Amino acid sequence: MIASHLPALQVVVPLVAAPVCVLLRWSRVAWMVAMAASLFAVGGAWCLLAGVLSAGPTSYFLGSWAAPWGIEYRVDETNAWVMLVVSVISAVSLLFARRSVEREVETDRIHLFYTAWLLCLAGLLGMAVTADAFNVFVFLEISSLSTYVLVSLGTRREALVAALRYLVLGTVGATFFLIGVGLLYQVTGTLNMGDLATRIAQLGPHRTVTAAFGFLAVGIAVKSAVYPLHTWLPNAYAFAPSAVSAFLAGTATKVSLYLLLRFLFTVFGHEFVAGGPVPVLLALTGVAAVVAASVAAVRQDDAKRLLGFSSVAQIGYLVLGVSLLTTEGVAASLIHLFGHALMKTALFVCLGAIVYRIGSARIDDMAGIAKRMPWTCAALVVGGLSLIGVPLTAGFVGKWYLVAAALEAGWWPVAAAMLLASLIAVAYVWKLVESAYFRAPSARVAAARGAPFSMVAAAWGLSGANIWFGIDTSLPIGVANRAAAALLGG
Amino acid sequence: MDAFLGYYNYWIVIALMMTGLYTVAASGNLVKKIIGLNIFQTSVFLFFISVGKVSGGTAPILAEGWTRYSNPLPHVLILTAIVVGVATTAVGLALIVRVNRAYATIEDDEIRRSDLPDSS
Repeated sequence: MIASHLPALQVVVPLVAAPVCVLLRWSRVAWMVAMAASLFAVGGAWCLLAGVLSAGPTSYFLGSWAAPWGIEYRVDETNAWVMLVVSVISAVSLLFARRSVEREVETDRIHLFYTAWLLCLAGLLGMAVTADAFNVFVFLEISSLSTYVLVSLGTRREALVAALRYLVLGTVGATFFLIGVGLLYQVTGTLNMGDLATRIAQLGPHRTVTAAFGFLAVGIAVKSAVYPLHTWLPNAYAFAPSAVSAFLAGTATKVSLYLLLRFLFTVFGHEFVAGGPVPVLLALTGVAAVVAASVAAVRQDDAKRLLGFSSVAQIGYLVLGVSLLTTEGVAASLIHLFGHALMKTALFVCLGAIVYRIGSARIDDMAGIAKRMPWTCAALVVGGLSLIGVPLTAGFVGKWYLVAAALEAGWWPVAAAMLLASLIAVAYVWKLVESAYFRAPSARVAAARGAPFSMVAAAWGLSGANIWFGIDTSLPIGVANRAAAALLGG
Repeated sequence: MDAFLGYYNYWIVIALMMTGLYTVAASGNLVKKIIGLNIFQTSVFLFFISVGKVSGGTAPILAEGWTRYSNPLPHVLILTAIVVGVATTAVGLALIVRVNRAYATIEDDEIRRSDLPDSS
């Protein structure tokens, strides 16, 4: 009975848990509610994924209203996978968040912090599960608005400005998305993605559809920080509370990239996209992202900003995989999406633990920290190796498939750009490692102790997963191949 | 001439949309940026409402003597979008109040100047 309602419960449970946090007003209980909702979402996503892998995609009709009129939630390989990644990252970040948030957020606001967190989670899962274009917009705004609030809760005043800039850009992006949905509705008279796909295919070349595609693509690109539209991301990640950086780095941009895949392949279809300038444009922004953002990352003094620019570069990799428009490329993007969520969250958790002890994210301030926090720094190194793409880490698997897919499509300059950016990644990861391991500790660092157990557990949980999925690759590759085949075939 | 007057609602939408976007991009005052954002969103609301209008159609309520009805769905969608817009404005203005407390200004360039080491 419950199992048949799982697609809706993925959204409903966090959405209902959010006001519960407000009513309870007790920070410890609010954390437990958030954790319980996240764990429920992990379990739900796992059951959905298992169901999809054994029995194929399922549809759920909200209020039992049939598809083109009512809102449909459709679970297939791709979004079950994305939901699993999002909910796991949320649960692990929450494990880290409990102590970190007690330090970084005022005590009487902690329950509201977890409320915003749950709303964000509900929005992200909703964006993934829904098959209704307008419903996507609503969930996009739910997750975005709560993200602005979460970012603004950072300890420094720059957090407010970063949140406001993100709000302005994010709202312009979401409104572009809404214009695109409006144009599509105008020409097809439907909002259901499956229905949209059939009617767009029947219409053939149509100027309104092309315009709608442009608005939708730009709107989604802002939200997923595709290169020239990424300017909100580094500051938002740098000044947000540590736990929020960890949560967002693994989830927000990933779900937006899922939307890009969904609209490119399910709604508009492979022929429509392949006929236009889209693959070349995506490839150009992707190459620009991996090179320029990696170079920008090397030049940062603040470790969290450095990781923010590195995220922009990694999003470039994902976009490059998509731009090939081949099953291999999309599968590689989905594999790297998973790997990047693991490694970037691991890195932000480690940095968060260091910030918890020394109160600064500047690279110079963490000189010699490895002697004081050996476990945290070891996890940081593993995450960094995965970010570079060293063999036996999850990052290697993703990059290997991306480069292979690019070569197979004959796009060797793209493959060269990816390899170049990996070399630059060595430089910026080395900056962190060099400061942590090979410099004399400052007075501030000398007074630091090891991180609390919950933080080390979260960091090693993620770093361990990076190694695990670097060796046993059957789960991500199996799911990604099936998801890509379904996206491009259907 | 008909190409202009026949689609006057869309021309209004485009004019409002450009006004809004220009204000967001060009204004240094944070409150004006939020107002620009509002104008931009309002233009999209108008666009959706125009889409739902059917010439000669009435409100979608069954009544004697009417066979043509306007499409109510875009209007309902926009009700949701208006709520989203109000929420965005509220969050934006609340953030500006906090910015004003922290920086004692709501001018973008003055904020940039006082945070110089961190802005790039």
